[in-house]
Amino acid sequence: MKFKDTYFGGIFGAISSLLTGMGVTLREFFTRKVTEQYPENRKELHISERHRALLVMPHDENGNNKCIACGLCRQACPNGTISITTRTVTDEETGKSKKVLDTYMYDLGACMFCQLCVNSCPKGAIEFTNEFENAVFDRKKLIMKLNR
Amino acid sequence: MFDFTSMTTAIDSYLNSVLPSSAATLIECAIIAVCVIVAYLVFAIIMIFMERKVCAAFQCRLGPMRVGPWGLLQVFADVFKMLIKEIISIKNSDKILYNLAPFLVLMSSIITFSCLPFDKGLQVLDFNIGAFFIMAASSFGILGILLAGWSSNNKFSMIGAVRSGGQMISYELSMGLSILTLVVLSGTMQISEIVETQTKGWFIFTGHVPAFIAFIIYIIAGNAETNRAPFDLPEAESELTAGFHTEYSGMNFGFFYVAEFMNMFIIAGIASTLFLGGWAPLYVPGLEGFNSVMECIPGFVWFLAKTFFVIWLLMWIRWTFPRLRIDQVLALEWKYLVPIGLINLLIMTICVVMGWTF
Repeated sequence: MKFKDTYFGGIFGAISSLLTGMGVTLREFFTRKVTEQYPENRKELHISERHRALLVMPHDENGNNKCIACGLCRQACPNGTISITTRTVTDEETGKSKKVLDTYMYDLGACMFCQLCVNSCPKGAIEFTNEFENAVFDRKKLIMKLNR
Repeated sequence: MFDFTSMTTAIDSYLNSVLPSSAATLIECAIIAVCVIVAYLVFAIIMIFMERKVCAAFQCRLGPMRVGPWGLLQVFADVFKMLIKEIISIKNSDKILYNLAPFLVLMSSIITFSCLPFDKGLQVLDFNIGAFFIMAASSFGILGILLAGWSSNNKFSMIGAVRSGGQMISYELSMGLSILTLVVLSGTMQISEIVETQTKGWFIFTGHVPAFIAFIIYIIAGNAETNRAPFDLPEAESELTAGFHTEYSGMNFGFFYVAEFMNMFIIAGIASTLFLGGWAPLYVPGLEGFNSVMECIPGFVWFLAKTFFVIWLLMWIRWTFPRLRIDQVLALEWKYLVPIGLINLLIMTICVVMGWTF
């Protein structure tokens, strides 16, 4: 019979394990608290970089985006959140016709933030940001045009 | 140390000089009752706020922050909510006992509360069997709990009340044993004399090992007496909704709530009186300068500081440990705490007889 299975061994084992637990909570008592006091602390609010709140299409300084209007994101979306209209332009030098993006419509109200569209994009043209204050009074305002 | 007896005797002699003695006694009783109840409520408010904040800190939260600065008015909001709630009368319940039960619980804790020595001479009930009186008065609160469970006509309340009966009567035993250990050390049962002895060293230091073991046993038993986790079987939210006070609403529930918090204050107050010296300042033999500095701090500050330290200790235990099963609760009491308490009492007696205490 091991000592820890005896009566006194049980007592000492219990005391040491209880003290371990109390040590853990004591450390927790003095750590920085995780509560965010949201509306007051907008300035120092910490939101994880990987938090997905809004789909955006980044544009460079000339106003160009990377979208090639391939429609993979639209196909990947389980909710039908994205709708793309395209037009065909013919290159004057080579004479080849090319599909370009006309409008990129994104319905925030139907989005479930699964990130499948971002993962499926071959050019990295769209991404999620953590701009989470998206509440509006009208559902129509949730349908956004992402390209400029 | 400032002696509050001079103040109370001055009030007494003034009242006796302007009024007949029976009227003076009556007025004194009324003044004392008002003082005790006001102090009781003030401490209850402080305790509820402290519980919320300490609990939040142990869970890495901030606790109430919105009602008033740092959530200071949260308790008042809670009390106000409770006051405007309807008191529902239960079908087929025993109306008289149902309404009497919360007052029994409250009464027991107020009587015990008035035994606490807040400062030298600042104590309502003080007589030669004080320690026994505290044990007796604190243990009739269980009658209220049993009546509450029985009169509610509800199976959950009944199970909760029976569990609390088994638990509280059991733990009364080891609590009594650890109080007796300290009575052996001090040689008196009068609360004021127990504290007076400790002005030359607190019992937890002068009684060294047996006093410390008694302190641990007292804290465990005290936690069980207040029906708080890890011994919250009488309430057991997950099994019995709220145990014995399931059917109570409004201020009747509020009385149970306040009494539970104040029982914790009382347990902590008695612990600080018996083990940590009550209002007695920290005394280190040989360091006269240090002792005179410590004497400058008023007695009630010492008492409240020690009491709130013990309360913090109880809350730390409450927010750390998971709940026990009923058989584990009773096994802990009868297989561990009572034998250890009895042996500890014997060790303390031997120490006192052989003069091995400081």
